Order: sequence, then structure tokens, then C-alpha cells
Amino acid sequence: MTAVEIAAAVRSGQRSARDVLEEHLTRLDAREPEVHAFTLVLADEARQAADTVDATVSRGDDPGPLAGVPIALKDNLCLRGTATTCGSRILEGWHPPYTATSVERVLAAGGIVVGKANCDEFAMGSSTENSAFGPTRNPHDLTRVPGGSSGGSAAAVAAGFAAIALGSDTGGSIRQPAALCGVVGVKPTYGLVSRYGLIAFASSLDQVGPFATTIADAALLLDVIAGPDPLDSTSTRDPVPAVSPLLHGGVEGLRVGVVEELTDVDGIQPEVKAAVDSAAGALERAGAEVERVSVPSSRYALSAYYLIAPAEASSNLARYDGVRYGLRVDAEDVATMNAQTREAGFGPEVKRRIMLGTYALSAGYYDAYYAKAQRVRTLLLRDFARVYERCDVLLAPTSPTVAFGIGAKTADPLAMYLSDVCTIPTNLTGHAAMSVPFGHGDGGLPIGVQVLAPALGETVMFRVAAVLEAAAP
Amino acid sequence: MAEPITRADVEHIARLARLALTEDEIARFTGELGAILDHAADLAALDLADVEPTAHPLPLTNVMRADTIRPSLPREEVLAEAPAVEDGRFRVPRILDAP
Repeated sequence: MTAVEIAAAVRSGQRSARDVLEEHLTRLDAREPEVHAFTLVLADEARQAADTVDATVSRGDDPGPLAGVPIALKDNLCLRGTATTCGSRILEGWHPPYTATSVERVLAAGGIVVGKANCDEFAMGSSTENSAFGPTRNPHDLTRVPGGSSGGSAAAVAAGFAAIALGSDTGGSIRQPAALCGVVGVKPTYGLVSRYGLIAFASSLDQVGPFATTIADAALLLDVIAGPDPLDSTSTRDPVPAVSPLLHGGVEGLRVGVVEELTDVDGIQPEVKAAVDSAAGALERAGAEVERVSVPSSRYALSAYYLIAPAEASSNLARYDGVRYGLRVDAEDVATMNAQTREAGFGPEVKRRIMLGTYALSAGYYDAYYAKAQRVRTLLLRDFARVYERCDVLLAPTSPTVAFGIGAKTADPLAMYLSDVCTIPTNLTGHAAMSVPFGHGDGGLPIGVQVLAPALGETVMFRVAAVLEAAAP
Repeated sequence: MAEPITRADVEHIARLARLALTEDEIARFTGELGAILDHAADLAALDLADVEPTAHPLPLTNVMRADTIRPSLPREEVLAEAPAVEDGRFRVPRILDAP
């Protein structure tokens, strides 16, 4: 059952939220030991919440648009009083005293939280192997990664442990795992969804977004979480139009650009490239005009990203100092306590990025690295603005490959970073993009095709995604 | 771009970042950071002197909210999550006259 179907059935009293939840928990009990999608399963709390939704329906009241829909929350989203780890030892046992705005909206809409989903430590990674609590495995093939960093969210939805999930996307952390797990994943326009209560990684890039099995479910969840929030000064100031009512507008007359640099990227698997061509063909048959377009600066996006994101992270993660929350390793003086706490609490990838970011921001290197990367960001904005004068949306692969083997890239940080090459440009520009399952490649594993849209272009992006969903092989 | 990253650079950066790295980590990061920065060398070829930097995707400055008083987080709940507490405050090791 999709989230749309669950909410309709629960709101009308045809099915109880408790019954729907038990179905999901049965699947979870059977497969979670091998998939490890969660850092924490909240079965008892979910049962109570489902009973509350059912009681609301019995009273004749409406629990909301997500009535009884089981949802997984990436473990970097705060839920008051519930352990939130960010996949890190440094936050193990921490209970946030507040709830993220996106999560508040899900709860207010009747959603049922089934658990906190595993992720790469502080969302830094592309395989969920950087979680301090062990990797998540791809439900389609347990020898492969689910992608990352929101790998637990993607796996939970793909395995049917939850109907939908929330993740965060800083360089592709929603879209890439969605592609690798064969589900839909959306990186909304920067500012569309409040970041309040999302534990910060790189604040100018981070955005919360939905995972789902269908385009309509992703739209339903986005409509619940999107909109202004006084607690996030970077959130949109204006109310945003709902995406769901406009899903089936079709693509007749729309102009679609296939991004050359992202489709001809080094190391792309032929099946992935063929899927993008096939998706372009499907849109053309549905009435869109398709052309190849060039975004020349996108070839510098990966390098710029791996200076900007670590620079912002090195500053954001300064707060883990052993003073106010989380781990402390005691020492004689404060500076030693700080350094030993951070040494013990952070894993290798987080340390690597803190080091890289501190270096890029340090005296003598700032202009050569960080400032240069910021100028590349301007080039990207210019190039995309030029392309969006001709095109309504763009098409590209989400990931150059299908899901890779567990351990295949852990020894080579650069190889791991390259799996984000197609998703990173959208974070640097703050635009919208989503991954739509479109066929299968090597080993029968799912392929995702990416639809990119300009800032606040979600409505047209979802229309295109809906056509691709209907045409998917 | 810049000189290749050295062991002394890594030790200096680790001090700035408050990371008590082990010998093994210092050796590993010296090589790995060098490789990652080598990859970023493609940016060096770009002449971007006339291009303005972008720090943030939104053209926002000084977003103001109404100056209304609202409750802050409950002190007990916040302190309950701290590693060490004394007299309703966060307790830390000695700062003044630290060795």
C-alpha cells in the first residue's frame, strides 16, 4: 500500500492505523537484522501513536494527510526525548530537548514514526558505511551498499519497513541512496523545508527531503513539510504551492535538457547512460522537446564541493567539544579534554573532512581553496541560469553506477566522493532535483534517473517525474 | 596551487581543529589530504579574478524576526544531557592556570 492509499484508508475508517503499522513491523522484524536500516526502532511508541490516530478517527476527527502512514526519520533529525546519534559515537545517548520542524509537521499530519534511520556519521559519506553503528545493507542485494548518507531511510522504504522516510541531502545524500535502493528521493529547493532540528553538516547546502515508493507519495510528504518556519531564517518567506494537485499535468510542450557533462561523466555504467537516454525518449514521446545541453562548470563542481562542504563542516562540528552534550573524555585542562573527546568521538571520515575544511579555511590557503570554490559556485549559478532560459527541466543520471559492493570504496576516499558527481551541482546552486527509479542495470540492481529544476521549480519537476514513473521499464 | 601538504601541516591543522590525532592518523591524513587537494588542483587552472564568490544560494541578508519573548529550553532538561554539571551550570576542567 502506498502512503496515499494508507492515509485515505485510515482517514475513512476502512483500515486502522494499528493494522497498517503491524504489517510494516512484521516486515521489519523479519528483515531488519540483515538490512540494519535503523539505529533505533520505536515499535512501542509507534503502536501508541497509531492507536491515537485510530482514536481520532473513531471520534470523527481527521488525523491529517499522513494519517497512519509509517515513516522512518534519518538519525540526524531531532525528535524530542528520543536518542539522536547522527551515526556518531560523540552523540551516543544524547536526547534532544526539541523536535525538528519537519518532524513536528509529520507528527501533526498523523504520521507514525517507526524508527531513527541509520546514516553515515554526520551525513558524511555515500554508502552508510561511515555509521559508527555498522553499515546498512541494500535490501535488493545484501552484499551491496544502500548508498548514503541517508542509506537507512532509503533501505527502510525499499524493504517496506516504512511507507515513506525523511532524509537530508547536502551533496546527494537523498537522491543517490534513493537511486541505489530503487525508490523516489527528493532534494527540495534550498529553503523550501526548514532545517531547524536537522543537525548541521554544511549549512549553505543541507536540505531535508522525502523518500517514497511513488511520486505521489513523495509529493504528499513534501507538501506536509514544506513552507516558512520562523525558527529557520533561511527558510522560504512565502507560502509554497502544493505539488500534489498538479502531479498529472503531463509534459506536453515542456523543454527538457539532457546535461552532457553529467551524462558523459567518467566511470558511468553503460546501462545507466542508456537509462537516461531511454527516459529522454519517454518524455519526447509524451510531448516534450528534448535537447542536449552543456553546463561547462559542472565539471568543477565536485572539487568545489569538497572544499566548501568540509569548510562549513569544520565550523559546524566545532560544537562537539565535550562541554554541553554527548561524549566527554576527561583531561587535566579544557583544550586537552576537547581534543581527546573529539579524537575518541569522531570516526575517520568526519576527522578527514574536519581536517580538510580547517586546512581550506586556514591562513595562507583561504584564497587558493575556499574562496576559489565559492567563485566556482557563482559560475555554476550562471551556467544553470543560462540553461534554464532554454529548458524547463534537466535530465541526468543520479549516480554513475548501480549499488556497489560493501567495502568496495572504503579504502579510497576520492573514489567514494566521485559517486556524488552527478548530484553535487544542485546543492551548490540551491536548486531542486529528484531521483526517479528507471529500469535496472548490472546484477538486476535499480537505476535512478535525475530530474533537475530551477529554484522553486518543484511543480514542473514532479510533473516530469510522474511521466517518467508511468513510462519506467 | 599550494605546496604539497606535509606532516607538519597536518599536525598544525589538527591543533587548530582540536583533534588529538594518533601517529597512524597523522601519517594517513598526510597522504589522503594531499590526494584530495591534488584533485582540487583543477580549480587552480581557472582564472576567476572577475567572478564574485557565492557563499550562500539565497540572496538573504539580516533576516529579522519579531522581538517577542518566548520561553527558552528548560534548564534541567538541557543540563541533564551534559557530561558534567555543577550548581546548575556546565562543569569543565580547569581553564585558568591550565598547564
